[in-house]
Amino acid sequence: MRYSYQRRTCAIARAKMFPKGTKRKFSDSREEPVAGGEDVNQSSLAAVRMLSSYSLQRQSLLDMSLIKLQLCHMLVEPNLCRSVLIANTVRQIQEEMTQDGTWQIMTQALSAANAAAQCSADRLVATEVLCRQTEAAQGEQVPKPFPVVGSEGCPAEEVLEEEEEAAAAEVGMTMSTVSPQAPTSYLPGTFGMDPCWEEEETGEDDDDDDEEEEEDSEECGSGSEGEERERDSLVEDTRTAEQVFGTFEIKNPAPSPDPALEELFSDVDASYYDLDTVLTGMQSVPKMGPYDLLESLSSHGPSPLSSSTSCRSDLNELDHIMEIIVGS
Amino acid sequence: FLLAFPSITLIRTVRFLPLFHVLISVKGPWIPVSLFLVYKIKTQMDEEIDTRKINNSFLRDHNYATEADIISTVEFNSTGELLATGDKGGRVVVFQREQESKNQPHRRGEYNVYSTFQSHEPEFDYLKSLEIEEKINKIRWLPQQNAAYFLLSTNDKTVKLWKVSERDKRPEGYNLKDEEGRIRDPTTITALRVPVLQPMDLMVEATPRRVFSNAHTYHINSISVNSDYETYMSTDDLRINLWNLEITNRSFNIVDIKPANMEMLTEVITAAEFQPSQCNTFVYSSSKGSIRLCDMRASALCDNHSKLFEEPEDPSNRSFFSEIISSISDVKFSHSGRYLMTRDYLTVKVWDLNMESKPLETYQVHDYLRSKLCSLYENDCIFDKFECVWNGSDSVIMTGSYNNFFRMFDRNTKRDVTLEASRENSKPRAILKPRKVCVGGKRRKDEISVDSLDFSKKILHSAWHPSENIIAVAATNNLYIFQDKVN
Repeated sequence: MRYSYQRRTCAIARAKMFPKGTKRKFSDSREEPVAGGEDVNQSSLAAVRMLSSYSLQRQSLLDMSLIKLQLCHMLVEPNLCRSVLIANTVRQIQEEMTQDGTWQIMTQALSAANAAAQCSADRLVATEVLCRQTEAAQGEQVPKPFPVVGSEGCPAEEVLEEEEEAAAAEVGMTMSTVSPQAPTSYLPGTFGMDPCWEEEETGEDDDDDDEEEEEDSEECGSGSEGEERERDSLVEDTRTAEQVFGTFEIKNPAPSPDPALEELFSDVDASYYDLDTVLTGMQSVPKMGPYDLLESLSSHGPSPLSSSTSCRSDLNELDHIMEIIVGS
Repeated sequence: FLLAFPSITLIRTVRFLPLFHVLISVKGPWIPVSLFLVYKIKTQMDEEIDTRKINNSFLRDHNYATEADIISTVEFNSTGELLATGDKGGRVVVFQREQESKNQPHRRGEYNVYSTFQSHEPEFDYLKSLEIEEKINKIRWLPQQNAAYFLLSTNDKTVKLWKVSERDKRPEGYNLKDEEGRIRDPTTITALRVPVLQPMDLMVEATPRRVFSNAHTYHINSISVNSDYETYMSTDDLRINLWNLEITNRSFNIVDIKPANMEMLTEVITAAEFQPSQCNTFVYSSSKGSIRLCDMRASALCDNHSKLFEEPEDPSNRSFFSEIISSISDVKFSHSGRYLMTRDYLTVKVWDLNMESKPLETYQVHDYLRSKLCSLYENDCIFDKFECVWNGSDSVIMTGSYNNFFRMFDRNTKRDVTLEASRENSKPRAILKPRKVCVGGKRRKDEISVDSLDFSKKILHSAWHPSENIIAVAATNNLYIFQDKVN
């Protein structure tokens, strides 16, 4: 059943973030008192720990919300009210993260990650396949990215991690004093890379490389998944474009894409998030790439990264080129 | 009233129509529970209907034979004589109260099935490749003006006016056809006669009289009949339309909150209702927790409200879920028209129409869920839309909760009770007890802990008789009717 799938994926996402039980205390965790009587170092460490736990929970909530938005079309009853409420929650989190300064870090890390040509193709493969949704084929298609990407995703993940560390170090994180016990958070990667996360997760529990904790796990934000049934937009065109794109990618899951492809993808930056597509359906959605949701949120609020329009024109060209390649 | 434990005695078991199975009927003193009828719509009975539904489900591949029985709305008519329920399968079942007979004064009028009909069918929108659900979202009765009964029922897109009428006579003695309806040979007719009306077995028939369609882009969530008995309004997520009951090809848009740019959408309409005595006044509630009162005399398009009812947020309770739990799921005028009741996720609030700044009364329905909001968000329960109802004298309000619990609040004494609608707890001669949810560590014998609550059993829909203490509570696919008997 689709609905249980959504729940399961939410559970997977959430379970990795922090130990079971903490999720229930979301609103309580902020009131966690730091035990008095400890020396200054310990209390500040506890405060930091609490703060990072809050960040983790917030991150987890953000991811859960993005998944919900992405999968809302899989519900039996598409519900505009529910989608609007989830979208508002995502915006709220994003605003808070922008104030914290964690938002910039995350998106910059994303763009750094995207520059890695080796991984970008894989990620886009996964998300395009994931985002290609037809109602009849929903049940079959969504699980596909897992086997497709899984084998290639892992080495890519490691590369990404190193990149992020470099990027994070450059930026000069405000949260660098994060507790070493906080598990490694979401590495940037697609939803389809879940299996890899779990592997990496167990291996890195004791490591101190959790500076990426603010980075978001990108969920596929392609507009098709967020489309509301009552929209006036036509589905057929975009599906065709997506099918072309997606089909091509499935056939060539090679980790060594040709240079032309790499060059195309390298132009695509972190400005993928586009809530617009969720609420308004398909516009230039398939050309938006995977991470549509959050970027459009930032376009509502103060954000330095709202280059979605230029991204769109780039992706228009990209789509055109892709069709030529497929045609040949 | 809360201290009286009702006693329950078995009156009889009745097997009614093949479709419905009345299991037990009990009665006792108020309050709250006495007469207890359970109508469990049998799922394996209607093989045909089940098959038809599966064939009609273009895109859904799961068998929802039982899902079709989930009751989605409950409504008494204005006298309380009739009770209508709508379900997910698009069917409407109307119950009628038995006339009290002098022979058996101890038996108050029970509700029996009066009519069943298929109100809405599943549809497919070919342009958008979307299936339109046949689930009945709301039923509203029209005031009775003649022997027939009229009700409005709506699914996501279309409102229909149904006429439910009785036929207990039929004409007999036609000249041109015989008793079986076969055409008679004209050469055999030697004399003429006047057909006469002969009594027949009572038959209740439902006919669709009006179909109001193609006016809503988004899903209809409420309908409300105006006190002028000429118009009614239908509300979807972004618009409210005003209809004349006689005219189906035209409606007037009176509220439109759709932004020019859909990307800027942050608020939707969740419910709307006409004021019961002033035909120009109505209210609508939003997903941000505000209620707007509008006067149709002010302008044709009531985008500017006359009054805005909104309670400022409590900063100490602020969380990422604050907005979601403030979303209003139901709004109801009191019978007097002076008060407004709203239901959000955790509370029920009573507002005085003369005071917009804050509600008059706030009642906690299940505050123990406040610490569970994250889990409830994850499993989507936080989006459940609970309804709320007034009793006839506006002194008691009732709303549903999880685990088949429902709550009643007495506005005068400020006391409240939690009851459970379940067959296990309603055996003959059993005493129905108020239930209690324990929050802390120590759980007493009869209490249930928060973690043991069944969140799949939720009471979203209920109704209260307009003048007597009779309530109808829908628990998934079961309908429970409780009533009191004043000793």
